[in-house]
Amino acid sequence: MIIKCPHCGPREASEYTYVGDAKVIRPDHEDNDKDKWNDYVFMRCNPRGKHSEYWQHTSGCRAFLNVIRDTVSHKISNVILAGPWKIEAKK
Amino acid sequence: MSGSRLKHHGQFINYDKPIKFTFDGKEYHGFLGDTLASAMIANGKIILARSFKYHRPRGIFSAGPEEPNALVSVRSDGRLEPNSPATTIELYDGLDAYSQNAWPSLSFDIMSINQVFSPLLVAGFYYKTFMGTGQKFWHFCEHFIRRAAGMGKAGLEADPDRYEKSNIFSDVLIIGGGPAGLSAALQAASNGETITLVDENKHFGGSLYEEQGTIDGKNSSSWIEDTLKVLSEYDNVTMMTRTTVYGYFDDNTLGAVERVADHKEQPRKNEPRQRHLKIFAKHVIIATGSLERPIVFAGNDTPGVMLANAALRYANRYGVCVGDNVAIFTNNDDGYNTAHQLRNLGVNVTTVIDVRKKVDQTLITDNNIKYITGNVVTSARGGKALSVIKIAPYDMPTKTIGKEKKIKIDTLLISGGYTPTINLCSQTGTPAVFDNEIQSFIPGPPTRKWEACGAVVGNFTLEEIFIDNKIKNGNKKAIPFALTDIPSSNNSAKKFIDFQHDVSVTDLKIAYTEGFRSVEHLKRYTTLGMAADQGKTSNMNALAIMAELRGVTIPEAGTTRFRAPYKPVALGTLAGRSVGNNYRVIRRTPMHDWHLAHGADMIEAGIWYRPQVYKKNGETITDAYIREATAVRNSVGIVDVTSLGKIDVQGPDAAEFLNRIYANAFLKVPIGKARYGVMLREDGCMFDDGTSWRLSETQFLMTTTTANAANVLSEMERLLTLIWPKLKVHVSSISDQWAGMAVAGPNSRNTLEKVIKDIDFSEEGLPFMGVTDGTINAIPVKVSRLSFSGERAYEVFTATHHGITIWKNIIQAGADFNITPYGTEALGTLRIEKGHISGPELDGRTTMSDVGLGKMASSKKRYVGSVLKERIGLTDKMRKTMVGLISHDYQPLKAGSLVLEGSKNIGHLTSTTYSPALNKYIALALIQDGNTKIGNTVTAVFPLKNEKSSALVVDPHFYDKEGKRLYV
Amino acid sequence: MNRYSVFSLIKNALSGHKNWKRAWRAPEPKSHYDVIIIGGGGHGLATAYYLAKEHGIRRVAVLEKGGLGSGNIGRNTTIVRSNYMLPANTKFYEHSMKLWEGLSKDLNYNMMFSQRGIINLAHTPSQMDAFSRRGNAMLIEGVDAELLTTKEISRRVPGLYTGKNTRFPIVGGLCQPRAGTARHDAVAWGYARGADNYGVDIIENCEVIGFIKDGDRVTGVKTTRGEISAPKVGISVAGNTSPVMKLAGVNKMPIEAHVLQAFVTEPLKPLINTVVTWGAGHLYISQSDKGGLVFGGDLDGYNSYAQRGNLPIFEHVAAAAVTMFPNLSRLKLLRNWGGIMDMSMDGSPIICKGPLPGLYLNAGWCYGGFKATPAAGWCFAYTIAKDEPHNLNAAFTLDRFYNGRELDEGGAGPYPAHQ
Repeated sequence: MIIKCPHCGPREASEYTYVGDAKVIRPDHEDNDKDKWNDYVFMRCNPRGKHSEYWQHTSGCRAFLNVIRDTVSHKISNVILAGPWKIEAKK
Repeated sequence: MSGSRLKHHGQFINYDKPIKFTFDGKEYHGFLGDTLASAMIANGKIILARSFKYHRPRGIFSAGPEEPNALVSVRSDGRLEPNSPATTIELYDGLDAYSQNAWPSLSFDIMSINQVFSPLLVAGFYYKTFMGTGQKFWHFCEHFIRRAAGMGKAGLEADPDRYEKSNIFSDVLIIGGGPAGLSAALQAASNGETITLVDENKHFGGSLYEEQGTIDGKNSSSWIEDTLKVLSEYDNVTMMTRTTVYGYFDDNTLGAVERVADHKEQPRKNEPRQRHLKIFAKHVIIATGSLERPIVFAGNDTPGVMLANAALRYANRYGVCVGDNVAIFTNNDDGYNTAHQLRNLGVNVTTVIDVRKKVDQTLITDNNIKYITGNVVTSARGGKALSVIKIAPYDMPTKTIGKEKKIKIDTLLISGGYTPTINLCSQTGTPAVFDNEIQSFIPGPPTRKWEACGAVVGNFTLEEIFIDNKIKNGNKKAIPFALTDIPSSNNSAKKFIDFQHDVSVTDLKIAYTEGFRSVEHLKRYTTLGMAADQGKTSNMNALAIMAELRGVTIPEAGTTRFRAPYKPVALGTLAGRSVGNNYRVIRRTPMHDWHLAHGADMIEAGIWYRPQVYKKNGETITDAYIREATAVRNSVGIVDVTSLGKIDVQGPDAAEFLNRIYANAFLKVPIGKARYGVMLREDGCMFDDGTSWRLSETQFLMTTTTANAANVLSEMERLLTLIWPKLKVHVSSISDQWAGMAVAGPNSRNTLEKVIKDIDFSEEGLPFMGVTDGTINAIPVKVSRLSFSGERAYEVFTATHHGITIWKNIIQAGADFNITPYGTEALGTLRIEKGHISGPELDGRTTMSDVGLGKMASSKKRYVGSVLKERIGLTDKMRKTMVGLISHDYQPLKAGSLVLEGSKNIGHLTSTTYSPALNKYIALALIQDGNTKIGNTVTAVFPLKNEKSSALVVDPHFYDKEGKRLYV
Repeated sequence: MNRYSVFSLIKNALSGHKNWKRAWRAPEPKSHYDVIIIGGGGHGLATAYYLAKEHGIRRVAVLEKGGLGSGNIGRNTTIVRSNYMLPANTKFYEHSMKLWEGLSKDLNYNMMFSQRGIINLAHTPSQMDAFSRRGNAMLIEGVDAELLTTKEISRRVPGLYTGKNTRFPIVGGLCQPRAGTARHDAVAWGYARGADNYGVDIIENCEVIGFIKDGDRVTGVKTTRGEISAPKVGISVAGNTSPVMKLAGVNKMPIEAHVLQAFVTEPLKPLINTVVTWGAGHLYISQSDKGGLVFGGDLDGYNSYAQRGNLPIFEHVAAAAVTMFPNLSRLKLLRNWGGIMDMSMDGSPIICKGPLPGLYLNAGWCYGGFKATPAAGWCFAYTIAKDEPHNLNAAFTLDRFYNGRELDEGGAGPYPAHQ
């Protein structure tokens, strides 16, 4: 599998570390609601098909990428630099 | 059948280079260019192995990687390689090969008695018996079954050869250098794109060598030669032979094996035996051709029955004649082509038997051949060498045979049409589609950037490949007449489908009867297609027969999806050089060599090596750590702490950030002070601990445990990027940039004062947890007054390249106090005496309260894990909490022991040591509701060794609970 | 049912093997059952078998979207062991082990359960300490375990490199002698035949495409072969748990789907006579009765529903295998397969009633599903029949995550890719 890092270009998946589902939302830091935190830490949609997920380019620029990948075909349809920057990888 | 050489023929053979080799210890001769199979046939030997289950003698059946029968072991000692198809082994001087699965010898194999029992040993027989009285009886039977099963023997010696890995980036990868691959390469080469053309054989050309037509007016051999010359002149074209692409993975990443030295007795110095290639291709052209298909009839595994085009290849390429009296059994036009070419090469083909009644009369051209149409071979006989076949008229609609007639021959060639080699296409996930014309599966539409061309899509003729019409008189297309298995008057003779696994038509019928009818069930129940040849010659026939049994079409019966590898790949090749000592990277501290020179036993700590103990004068490990720990308590010791994770945390919000990720308060750490902190995971369990040193308003130096260094950094980066991007903080790993050492003991201050003149070591100048800068012989150092041992102690950090100098300087300065280097064992002893936690207590399941740090957690702020740590299961009173244990009976307490209260298992020991300070054996333990058990007596048991000892539960702070020693 | 024995083999051989009966029928689905089990894998079939055998509930349908046993029951490394540390796991897997020991006889189907032992190799003293804790915990729960020295390991496992000249020298190991391997497909087929014999309908090529609900209560399923109702519907679909739960209206689960690859070499004469696992990397090796060396490695490491893996794991597994056994270098990998693991957030399974009324769940098996097959079926059947968990699966709840009662055997935390 090859992931196109917006900084570094296409690199093999082995350069990256899988971080997980990008759709789970961390509750506000000050939020005291256990159920929300439980959902965030333990509950996953785990879709069969398109999955929005984070990868970190650990052996490269260390950026976090939001990767849209199909969990059946492993095809990656989009890679965006995660965080407030939202820079897309060149197609 | 008795093979011989056809003089003046053999395009691949160099008759000037004779070669000696041995098979089963006997010497044979061949020529440069031979395969083991071709040379053995030329020597009149076609039986090289026995079959898997029935131990039937089996002859060489093919001339390529699809070989189901002639699996042999080659070479010996560490280079022994079992289960190699003799058809793919290139001959070299001194080659030694051995037959397999036969005892005492290939010609007389006791296990061939299995043939007598073969009516019992049918598909799935082992599921139905050997159950007897239960497990014992099965284990008894299994012993023999295991010995009977298996093919070759593996040795116990290490492989002396080396393997390499290489990456190839190519615009276009062309797999297969036959007519389709070569013409694709020619077309693509002029576009200027980088092209990699690979072929698994020694020679490019593929099926072209047996092509009779002309291309651009040239015969096929000269066309190959010219084409290769043209291609080699392009700088953008890389050509590789002896290279097999075995796997097609995601994103056009392909795995291939280049056989660099397999055709030599051994690799040259520094030459790898094989090279693993990872190929990244923008576009892939799959031109993997096709394989000839056998026909299923009674006795079709008799030695002397062979694929027709294999015989032609032996004659044309290797100058080897497969027999004296040869018949061809075909269901397509290509059989005639083979017959005529063989005759031209001097092979005595006497008969062509064609199942088809109507045959193109222009095919019938040779007066020396008897053409028998509308007939089938109903059986072949001869035991170890074919002697006679029976033929009979065949009525296709009713699938019945007429009167059988015997023909005496010594070789029967079969041509059942061609099966495209769609394995790589299928690996991409593209479902295969059935092509009725060629009665076979071809690749479906590509879902990725590849295309298939040539025989793999059913274009078997040059006219179909070279669409520009420059072909004259090319070979005819092999359009097979659909056939399943052929009836026979001899019901006891087996009709084999999968030769290597001895799967016959009977087995398929049993599978059908018992309901194992889908392809997956059929394969798994009969083991069809699961042998080392991966069903290359058997899958299509099996499908056709099952389809007929079920009364459905072949595509309705289904096809299996192929998986990597297309051809078996050596483990050593996949492993490359990442084996033995190179299995994982090693990190060594700058003081590594010093440690070794001073008697250190090194031990793994994550990816680092650290000194465990420094052994002096024949000390045991125990002697050494007791001496070292005692020295720290009594005077001064020094320990290498370089492996600790070190993270530079900078930015205006650095303190706020640390305050969020540590469970205890960090906002108000004064500049020039360090603080111990504990991090939790999001789920509320403990993650890591360490100290963070405030260097300025906006900068901290954080230390982590050795094991978690990388994870802590990644987690901090995750939080900063994804959760709190507005925090102005940047983190960088400086683990590799800084070397560290801890100087501990009552004389630590005296020692450092001797070498660091620019730091005031007084209580006021450098208080406990204070951090400051100084120099040793003008080399900058950072010093903090921290203690893991409980003694007055200092951590000294310096740039990695100065590490050893600083280390030596401090040791020199400590000479007056007999400064003692200590390792992880003494470090452990000292911290256990103090009740400090480490890896065994931070086991991923414990909470801060569990290990007595509950009060440290802030109740005034939120931090990572603060909400979930309050979950009921994590605050349960019956959780295991950390206590100290002291052995009552002066017996060592063993790590991994369980703690019993009465007979109830209430916990386990985490860390154990002999305490020189207490002169007792002590341990840290996690036991249920531990805080209430202080003062009780419990039993530490170690059932694995049948040991137990009685211990007193105490506060885990065994030594100097008040912390006075920090100020001594 | 044909009773299988050497005599039945002889009898059938004499009649040309034409009189064997189907191992299980191929019935048309009825409109109503007492219990529907979704998933015709090992666990689903075992559940149906024990429902019928232990609880007398025979009006049971097992619905399988493809062919019976086409999931993880046929895509694993066939290892059976009960060498767990946490008491809830130890007890459960030991119950499974005991069922395994009588399974071939019970089902009249030879599972080839070969109790050749498993050896976990340790590379550091602290790993050895952790193994000791596990071994002691096993013994105290009545499970067999022994500590081995490097010398003893070397004697039992010829070819294994036990010297010091390697990155991770072996310092010892933990052995469970009763552990071993079994013929994975036979487990599915044996349970199918057994369940069928009690009258359970095993319905292949019948995909569940929706649930019939009365309010929150599940009262049946919609399938590609029509609607089927039942007061109790059990889900036992391993890697497909999340998609099937979604059909029932449960959108989030404490589960991620990950691919685990396994590999087999060409067949060899007996070489490795026990199961060996390596502590320095994720690798386990055994040899099948047919002779192939079977390797299992680490997860590919990202969510996936593809029953195939990628190249890095090929390379890792080979590197670890040759490092362990330098004599394997020239042996060839023959086949590779990938199974979809239902990785739970703590590495332990879920067998419970709910989360909806009328629904029962068996999921989250991670790597451990194969060895658990008999006990999982047994406990799931009990839970369905009695509407409450058996003691053995009482800890395997779905709400344990909310309650902080995770069973984190590896201490890896809520990160399925690292379990």
